[in-house]
Parts: sequence; C-alpha cells; structure tokens
Amino acid sequence: MKHSVVSLTINGTERQMLVAPGTTLVEVLRENQGLAGTRRGCDQGACGTCTVLVDGKAMMSCLLPVETIEGARVETIEGLTPMQGLHPIQEAFLEGFATQCGFCTSGMIMATAGLLARNPNPSRDDAVRAISGNICRCTGYEAIIDAVLDAAKRMQAAQRSEAA
Amino acid sequence: MAWLKGRGVAAVNYPTGMNLGGDPSQALIHATTTGGFVITLSSVDLGQGIKTVGAQIAAETLGVPYENVVIDTADTDTGPHCMGTFASRGTHRIGNAIMMAAREAREVMMSVAATELEVDPGDLVTDGKGRIHVNGAPDKGMSVVDVALAAHFKLGKTISGRGMYMKPKSEVVPETGEMDPDSCQAHACTVADVEVDDETGEVRVLKMTNAYEIGRAMNPALAHQQIVGGAWMGISHALYETTEPYYPDRAHGPTDFSQYLMPGPGDIAEMDSVIIERPSSNGPYGAKGIGEMTANSPIPAIANAIFDACGVRVTSMPFTPEKILRGLDALRGIAN
Ligand code: FES
Ligand code: FES
Repeated sequence: MKHSVVSLTINGTERQMLVAPGTTLVEVLRENQGLAGTRRGCDQGACGTCTVLVDGKAMMSCLLPVETIEGARVETIEGLTPMQGLHPIQEAFLEGFATQCGFCTSGMIMATAGLLARNPNPSRDDAVRAISGNICRCTGYEAIIDAVLDAAKRMQAAQRSEAA
Repeated sequence: MAWLKGRGVAAVNYPTGMNLGGDPSQALIHATTTGGFVITLSSVDLGQGIKTVGAQIAAETLGVPYENVVIDTADTDTGPHCMGTFASRGTHRIGNAIMMAAREAREVMMSVAATELEVDPGDLVTDGKGRIHVNGAPDKGMSVVDVALAAHFKLGKTISGRGMYMKPKSEVVPETGEMDPDSCQAHACTVADVEVDDETGEVRVLKMTNAYEIGRAMNPALAHQQIVGGAWMGISHALYETTEPYYPDRAHGPTDFSQYLMPGPGDIAEMDSVIIERPSSNGPYGAKGIGEMTANSPIPAIANAIFDACGVRVTSMPFTPEKILRGLDALRGIAN
C-alpha cells in the first residue's frame, strides 16, 4: 500500500507528514515529531500512557491511525506546558506528590486536561472515571485523584484572576 | 446475599539492606565552577525518590541549599559502583555513601574558603543558604559560588569527595545458623477493614490503617506516598494478581500483562497512615529503609479480615472469589 500525506495541527502548528498506512498517532508524535513526552506503554489501548488531546478530547494515541484523523488538532504534554513555569494541572501533580516514576504522568495529565475541558468542576467519581483508562503502577492512585481535583480548583482560580 | 464486614491485623519487621558477599554502594561528588554540587551514582531512581533524598542528604551535609545539588544517575557502565535498588537498601546504603562523599567535599570547600578569607577552617560555618562565614561574624564570609570559582581558577583545586558504604560479608556460624543479615529493621502494622459478599465471594477493602516505624523519615511526603503506593500493591497481590483461573478453559486466560488484573483508581481503599520516627544508629541521619515492606503487611491483614468477616481461612494468594466461595461451601458442609 502507498504512503499518504496527512496533515495535523500539533501543539498549535500545522504539520504535514508522509506516513505508511496504519501509522499510529503515538508513532508520529514520538518518532517523527520528536515529542517523546507522550509515552508508549503497551501499544494496545490498555495503559493510557499515550493519552493526548485530539480535538480537545482525551484519546489513546496508540489506537489512532493518523489517516483517520486528518486535519485534527492534537495537543500533547509539550503543548500543554507553558513557555515559563508549569500548567496548573502540572503544578497540582507536582505539589500533590502525584508522580513517582513518572511513566504514567503525562498520560494522567492529558486525561485530566480532557476532563477539565468538558467538566471544570468534577466530582471525585468524575475524576476516577476520567483516569480509569490510565494505569499507574506506583502511586496507588490516591494522590493522582486528589491532584485532579486540586487541578480543577487551580484552573478555576486562574480563570477568575484572568477575568478580574 | 449479604456483605459481611471484618477486620484483620498484621505486623511486619523488615530488614534494611542485605548481606550476601558484602553489600557496597559508592558515590562521587564534585563542585562545578559556580558552586553547584554534582553527585554521580549508579543507583536508579525508579520512583522511590532516592534522587530527592540523596540531594537532601548531600545539601544537609555540605551546608548548601538543596537546589545547588544535582544527582547524576544512573549509568552502571561509568558510574561508581552500586549493588542496586532493592532490599529497601537505597536510602541507607546510597545515603550513607553520599553523606561520606559530601563530608570530604565539605572539608575541601571549607579549606578553600579559609585560604581565601585568611582564617582558620575550624572557625568557619555554612549558613545553609549559600554562604560560608566566620562563626559569629556573618559579615566576614563569602558565597559558595566564590569559593568554587577560587578553587577552580586561583588555587587549581577540585572540590570533591568520595563516599563508600559497605556492609561487610557476614559468615554464618555453622553450629547455630547465626549471622548478621541486615543493617537495621523497620517495623509496621496494618489494620484492614474489608467486606465479603457471601454470594459472589467478592472482597472489597474498605480501609487500611497503617503505622510505620522507619527511623528518621528523610522526606515525610515521599515516605507517606511510598506507604500508599505499597498498600495498593499489597491489595493487588492479595486480591487480584493472577493469570488463573479462567473459564471454561485455559485458552480464555490472559496472553500478556495488559490483561493482568490489578485494582484501578475506582478500587482503592481509604488510607490512614502514621509514621513513627525512631532514628537508627547507622543510617544517614538515622534513616532506615521503607520500600518493599509497604506491600507486605496489607496482605496478611486482608486475609485475617476475610477470616473475621466470613470464617474462611484463605492460605494462598490471591484471595479470589472462587477460593472464598469454596471456603464458604466447606463451612456450610457442601462438598466441592
Ligand atoms: S500505549 Fe496506548 S494505551 Fe498503552
Ligand atoms: S508514577 Fe509510576 S506509573 Fe504512575
């Protein structure tokens, strides 16, 4: 089968790439774009470490052949991170000790970003559901769930101070 | 059907470090031109926090801010030797090595400062904020940055140190079996509250209450996180992790780790933990190891809680619904 040209907006910049059929988004991000913050844990939709935002929704990038998302807006952990300092979700994870080995962390943060984009005021159950596709082998989840809720508060505070 | 509640207790004594043919770890430390301190190790930080704790130990010993310390790890080809990150030995062994290296480097740092300030090194103190000054005279001093610059560009010296901690090999006394296997022991106790569904055999862990005596908690937040994460692993060992049984036959079983059962974020228990500090005599700043032990006591505590709830004594892990139902049947006199 022939390669095809796919265009995606990755972290705000439009990119075109020549890909073999079936090339997944995680492969493109890591191999072709050098965005290694997105992890590839299992390559079969079981661990969530590859979670990124596609058109604002948290998705597992190892399950997405890029031809099927032509024209989509993709945001990765690199795009979420501001030029200076940290994003409120990152701050919440850092200060809440919600990361140990860190392998799950970018996926957890992107899953949180997806949740807060559609539900800025989540309940504890909402937070649990939002990260239930993401495996963490270190923390026991408690600190992560707390960090998701703390991130929601921080984002609301940031929005309030922007509005004022 | 009924959910039966039960409570179980279990305690653990856990050795810090091991003793096969001697158990060494080494550390090297050197100052950069601008007064940063780089510690080279072969030890791995896989999330347990040795980088953080090692930098704390070095900063405390050197008398410089934590931010001035960088831990460069881990390259086992080129770094100083480390036996590895296991046996809950990291904080104790590597921490001791780092402390020793930092002491040697501190001595050089103080002697360079003494030369520059034209005072006796014994009269100098560090303020922990990046300055070295004459004891009692904060104005008569200089910054660690200037000390490092002077060492590099005026005196032609390296501010460096070597650290090596080794637990020597302990032979077994053949007559008695006696030996000295570890360096110190940490202790913990877990109380597990569970409920057991007497119709399905499902077990839910409702709450875990833990007390840990781990010597000095070098970083209480990390130690606490280790307890929570370890308890989760304990629940996972106790109730989930197996590739058996599968029905109707083995062909329906998992084929790789992604199909291996583990508790998810929705299956965690409420956790309440306290840390008790009784400094050890030989750990860095009195620390002991808190590592593997955190996954230990939760397992027998859950088994005991199941027994308390429904009278079934499970003797092999994990405590699957199948085993519990067979146990309940046996109690009811039903053959299976
Ligand atoms: S790598 Fe995509 S879910 Fe595991
Ligand atoms: S922090 Fe290690 S897997 Fe989550």
